[in-house]
Amino acid sequence: MTDISHLLQLLTVLVLAVFVGFEVISKVPTTLHTPLMSATNAIHGIVLVGAIVVVAALFGTPLHGPLFTTLATVAVALGAINVFGGFAVTERMLQMFRRKGNPRG
Amino acid sequence: MTVAFALLDLLAIALFIGGLHFLNAPPTARFGNRLAAVGMLIALVVVLVQTMGVGWWAIAIGIAVGGAIGVVAAVRVKMTAMPQMVALYNGAGGGAAALVSTVELVVSRANGVQALDPVVAVSLALSAVIGAVSFAGSLIAFAKLQELMTGRPITYVGQQIVNGFVALAILGLLGWFIAHLGVVPPWTYPALLVAALLLGILFVLPIGGADMPVVISLLNSATGVAVAITGFELSSTLLIICGALVGASGTILTIDMSRAMNRSLTNVLFGAFGAGGGTEPAAAGGAPQNVRSVSVDDVAAMLAYASKVMFVPGYGMAVAQAQHGVKALADQLEKRDVKVLYAIHPVAGRMPGHMNVLLAEANVPYEQLLDLDAANAEFPTADVALVIGANDVTNPAARTVKSSPIYGMPILDVDKAANVVVLKRSMRSGFAGIENPLYELPNCSMLFGDAKASVDALTAAVKEL
Repeated sequence: MTDISHLLQLLTVLVLAVFVGFEVISKVPTTLHTPLMSATNAIHGIVLVGAIVVVAALFGTPLHGPLFTTLATVAVALGAINVFGGFAVTERMLQMFRRKGNPRG
Repeated sequence: MTVAFALLDLLAIALFIGGLHFLNAPPTARFGNRLAAVGMLIALVVVLVQTMGVGWWAIAIGIAVGGAIGVVAAVRVKMTAMPQMVALYNGAGGGAAALVSTVELVVSRANGVQALDPVVAVSLALSAVIGAVSFAGSLIAFAKLQELMTGRPITYVGQQIVNGFVALAILGLLGWFIAHLGVVPPWTYPALLVAALLLGILFVLPIGGADMPVVISLLNSATGVAVAITGFELSSTLLIICGALVGASGTILTIDMSRAMNRSLTNVLFGAFGAGGGTEPAAAGGAPQNVRSVSVDDVAAMLAYASKVMFVPGYGMAVAQAQHGVKALADQLEKRDVKVLYAIHPVAGRMPGHMNVLLAEANVPYEQLLDLDAANAEFPTADVALVIGANDVTNPAARTVKSSPIYGMPILDVDKAANVVVLKRSMRSGFAGIENPLYELPNCSMLFGDAKASVDALTAAVKEL
């Protein structure tokens, strides 16, 4: 059944990542909070990797009917919306932030 | 090869964390975003190589369609509509997490697995529920922000009881699914999904427009959590770490936003603030307020001969699309050596940082955008505070009137400026439906009209002087 030491490893990774997240993100200034949200939208687009894994797994099984194939494809599409849209809109917003005197930057 | 893949995934993780780190200042933020994008590219190439083209056409269709939608939306969206956009992205992530769990369950069944591994059973059910709640909740938030439905709280008798019942049903189904490691009647899982979707819809319905900054942050956090849990299901540290980073970010913003309204998260979620018990907020209070209305020329002179002017933008500026007009007025004033600063309340607008992005779009240098504390340090030495479409965040009753619903909420102390001018469409109260005693103060005057029209008229009048 469950490999306990593997689960503990994953939990350790989770806890450490939460602490790193709080440390790094608490330093983001309020003026960048909207780009921060769209950037995190792009980062949770990592679910696209999970979607690709399950699509491949689904095609490895004998029964991948149209219903489940469609669901899996939609999962990939939703993840891709996050990844491509998230990074693109963040880039677009950040281009607009400029210093006094500098045209852009 | 496995080692190489693992190392590349580790590199991707480092790039995500480094990317978020560089978002700590505007000059390095673009670099940070690009670092994270490179990390994502690496992670995607690794998984595509690992899966060796199995199901390639479904993956290709998904990426092509999703990528095209994402990029077109990102290029076309107006900056005033960013809250809706982020709401949709939150929903997409949540929906994807729920679908991944669903397909994973189907795959286990197809492979003849009866009882699921306990970790898989727990994470699969949880990520499906949280993902579905986030998906449906985000769609409702989107509909409210896009004004496809009313932005006011939707309440009915027994609402809390209905929500509580749905939540209980979800807990029951979850417990059943997990206790039997997924060996349950086939309708259980679909019922779980439907109940979770329903809860997502129901819990956002009673939340009003001005509370959207909290809700969007919370849904952002929920999607991160769903993705992290999906990571346990697929045994992927990549998903766990990315989900945890997003969950942490959403949580920080949720706490910030709640604090900026001096309300607990429970109060935002269950309080149906601004519902006003069915009365129209315009009728709030008793006698009409005794205010002083001024002309465009008076205000223009006041601004032009000031040495320091502070602009206080609110959601009204976004609605009127007045940010470019505001910048034009600031340019005219700066030509006359007037120092112009912008005071931005954390919950001004419909999402964290909304005003900052709008003003950045209008080319306002970010050094002039002050947060709550910095702005409050400047008001006492300001000659004029010009309030553009903000109301509740300037209400001095929050400091003094213990009985006020917004008592204790940190506000922008515009009343400490020598003169206050409020650009306002009419005497309607703000979202909270509370009278603003600011308007009756001797140093405050009102300039009625559409925010954009007023700002443009002011710019023209200052030019004439």
